[in-house]
Amino acid sequence: MKKLQNTLYITQPDVYLSLDGDNVVLLKEQEKLGRVPLHNLESIVAFGYTGASPALMGYCADNNVSLLFLTMNGRFLARVTGESRGNVILRKKQYALSEDETKSARIARNFIIGKIYNHKWILERTTRDYPLRVNVEQFKEASQQLSALILEVRNCEQLDRLRGFEGQAAITYNKLFDSMILQQKEDFQFHLRSRRPPLDNVNAMLSFSYTLLAHDTASALEAVGLDSYVGFLHRDRPGRVSLALDLMEELRGVMADKFVLTQINKKLVSKEDFVKKENGAVIMTDEARKRFLTAWQNRKQEKITHPYLGEKISWGLVPHAQALLLARHLRNDLDEYPPFLWK
Amino acid sequence: MLVLITYDVSTTSSAGQSRLRRVAKICQNYGQRVQNSVFECIVDAAQFTELKLKLKDIINLKEDSLRFYQLGNNYKNKVEHVGIKESLDLEGPLIL
Repeated sequence: MKKLQNTLYITQPDVYLSLDGDNVVLLKEQEKLGRVPLHNLESIVAFGYTGASPALMGYCADNNVSLLFLTMNGRFLARVTGESRGNVILRKKQYALSEDETKSARIARNFIIGKIYNHKWILERTTRDYPLRVNVEQFKEASQQLSALILEVRNCEQLDRLRGFEGQAAITYNKLFDSMILQQKEDFQFHLRSRRPPLDNVNAMLSFSYTLLAHDTASALEAVGLDSYVGFLHRDRPGRVSLALDLMEELRGVMADKFVLTQINKKLVSKEDFVKKENGAVIMTDEARKRFLTAWQNRKQEKITHPYLGEKISWGLVPHAQALLLARHLRNDLDEYPPFLWK
Repeated sequence: MLVLITYDVSTTSSAGQSRLRRVAKICQNYGQRVQNSVFECIVDAAQFTELKLKLKDIINLKEDSLRFYQLGNNYKNKVEHVGIKESLDLEGPLIL
């Protein structure tokens, strides 16, 4: 398995990124803030209106370092992509499959199975870890409903029906999400998923972590030679990394939701970390976002044993491992795409 | 793994000064300068070989010297820093 490379986050809007030799140099008003050798980096994520030199963009595109620009609030602005590379045959196969509804559904259902399975285990784990603090009966019932849905999804070959099952599973899981918030109840509540804009503290964190995860997943897909814009479950839409969103489904719960819950339950965030704007949107303060990113990066360094590969890898490489398995399936080396089943 | 590179390049001639600059430049492409002629590079085995070859090509074996200290993957408890110019932890969270 490849080594997990670092991600450089730039959270100040007035920093200019330039290239010097094989280093990225961060300049603030002609003053050097720091320099990082690019071979240690997998991606650069810039928040706010940070500038980058064309030479750096060229270098990044050429050396498979992804360069991403987000607004201060973490909304996607632009990504620098180079000449499409990797394997033409693999990509053609991907396009052909995505045109075929039934074949797409056969792959898409495994993403959904992974998602429901992981959500089920998040619920199960909560009952095991906090049997006295949550309504165990309610959790067990939801878990059984999810198990039943997995069996339905297993034999489903229509995309519309798949989306229906996914919706049902999401309702079952979201209903219990609030119960998994065990600390700071008065400041952090989850009623409903809201996005564009997120309307409460929990949604603000969820949105932000999904953006980070989508970026990691898209880079992983591009790295194995797949086209992150052509999805199986999510249909094509200009500018949307559909395949990354597909692959993310099974990782949302274990990589993003659980992360957000930990932040709240371990009191690593507090209500002072959020501001409400005039339009009702809730965003994180700059200081809080920095801490959130630090925690996110540290989390990526933690190790797990990959359930399918049986290899010990860091969490940050899970999207890579899954992208690799998907590519193997598209190449017919694997009969089916094995989703990431966390337990 | 972390490799510590130190060098001594004779600068009595102008050719020597040019070698010194070229050595520094190559080292900087692979890692960060922690002291005047001391670099810390986080590289894999292939990159390390590449780096060594590039440096050997530049230096004059009769006048200059290079030292490579391999600190392995668990270098974090082997390095201690005191005083100014704290280096960047390239494998920790990079948030600027």
